[in-house]
Parts: sequence; C-alpha cells; structure tokens
Amino acid sequence: MEDAGFIIGGYVLTFVTVAFMSWRVLRAGKRLGKQVPDEDKYWL
Amino acid sequence: MTTTDPTLAQTDPADDGPASGIGTGTRGTRIIGIATIVAMGWLVAFGLGFSPEDRDQRESVRLLYVHVPTIWIAYLAFIVTAVASGMYFFGRKKALGWDRLAGASAEIGTVFVAVTLVIGAMWGRLTWGVFWQWDARLTTTALLFVTYIGYLAVRRLGGTHEQRARRSAVIGMLAVLEIPLVHWSVRLWRSLHQEATVLGTDADVSMDGLMLFSLFVGVVAFSLLYLWLVLHRTRVMAMEDLLDERGLDDALAARRAEAGGTQAGGTQAGVAQEGTA
Repeated sequence: MEDAGFIIGGYVLTFVTVAFMSWRVLRAGKRLGKQVPDEDKYWL
Repeated sequence: MTTTDPTLAQTDPADDGPASGIGTGTRGTRIIGIATIVAMGWLVAFGLGFSPEDRDQRESVRLLYVHVPTIWIAYLAFIVTAVASGMYFFGRKKALGWDRLAGASAEIGTVFVAVTLVIGAMWGRLTWGVFWQWDARLTTTALLFVTYIGYLAVRRLGGTHEQRARRSAVIGMLAVLEIPLVHWSVRLWRSLHQEATVLGTDADVSMDGLMLFSLFVGVVAFSLLYLWLVLHRTRVMAMEDLLDERGLDDALAARRAEAGGTQAGGTQAGVAQEGTA
C-alpha cells in the first residue's frame, strides 16, 4: 500500500509540476502577446 | 531569463502596429501539444497499468518510467544549451536568438532534473529504504541541479542582453561537462545506484519487452513536452527582450525630454533674472 502511495504520488507530482510550468509559459505568452505588435512575432 | 518591469513594458502597441493578442501558439505547437498529452496518457497507461512488476524492485519499477526519461531529456536540454551558447559565443552575428534558446532549454532541463531527483528519492525509499544517500550518482546529479540553478541566476543579473548572453554562454558551455561525470559516476566510483540498463556500453538491453516499451513511451512523451515548452519559452523570452528594449528606449526618451525641459526652463529663468536686474 505504501508502494502505491509513492508511485501514484510520484506520477501526480510530475504531472502537476509540468502542467504548472506549461500554464505559466502560456500565460506569460498571452500577457506579453497583447503588448507586442504582430510584426515583431517572428513565429506568426 | 530576463524579467520585464511591468512599468516599463506598458508601451502602446498602437505606436508600432496592431497586436492581435495572440500568444506564442502556432499550428505546429498545437499539434505538438496534443501529441504530448496523448503520449502522457500512454505513459500513465503503460507505466501504471500494462507493464509488469519487476522481479527485484516489484512495483517501484513504475517510477523509473518517469525517472529515467526526465534525466535523459534534461541531459539533452543541457546539451542544447551548450550548443546554442557556443553558437552565440563563437558566431559572427551574435544573434540573441541562440542565447534565448540556451536559456529556455536550461530552464526546462533544470525542472526535469528536479523531477528526476524527487522521483528518484521516492524510488530510493521503496527500494533502498532511504530517500537519500550521499552516493556518487545522487551527489553528482544534485551538483548538476545546483550548477544550472546558478546558470539561471546568472541570467537574471543586470546588464544588457548582450552582457547576459556572453556571461551565460560561458557558463552554459562549461556546465555541460558535468553530464559525463554524472552518467559515468556509477562506474567511476563504487555506487549504490544501479548501472545503465539501456545506455550501457555493452549494448545489451536485458529488459522485458513491455518494460522497454513503457520506457520508450516515457522518452517520447517527455521529448515532445520538452520541444513544446522550449518553443513557447523561447518566444516568451523574445517578447520579454523586445519589451525590455522598448522600455529602456522609452525611459531614455523621457529622460532626454525631461533634461531638455529643465535646460529650457533654466534658460528662461536666467533670462528673467537678467531682465529683473
């Protein structure tokens, strides 16, 4: 039972970490995207 | 990574053209993002469900489908940082895009090393009975993590973007030399950590087929995640740099206008004094 807690906890922790990082990057992109004109966005 | 002062970043986008409000996403990143989510779903299915338990490690082997891919992708991320740093440092054009790629890749690699260390500690608790040992592999990995925290800290020091790029490029090219040390630490010193099962020198992969496939799914999932993150983060950094430059330009223009106004005001006051006399 202790094994299951560690294993599932490990997966949950990993996914929460990467989801949080992804959300932060996307949020920063949207926030800054409003301030930068489209012609300066080389990816568009 | 350069921080953007919100007060300086409030430039009027209408001055230079319309901003659509679109962030850093494109069709390509959306496809990679969806593929990442699907691959992560497969990782959960195979890592926690379909793959068998190990004869010695029992169920704890399931943690390795996250632990191993995250450190491999962290190695890759740090190699990308070193190569991009070299491209900036030795390149003729000194393109800041290389510096931003180096910084973005190092950030993601550092997070992946943190995940590796935490998951490894959980695996160690189940397998060795302790969360941490001052073992060669664990210690060198912790050192790698601290080194890249330092690299990211150096990126946040003041100065121009070029100064940031030069400083961090040197560290980025030196820090990557730790990777061989981490990887071969289990052979160089008598380590508690097991030796490489897949990336060993004998090229003999003695793993169950489903276990190997689960590991492969993990590598694909975290590779896609890395690619998706590095694309978005590099674009965010490009916008941060642009707004930093604009903010500095605006501040300088405001300062010049203020200095000009003071000078004109001073001259007028001088004329008025002369007139009174």
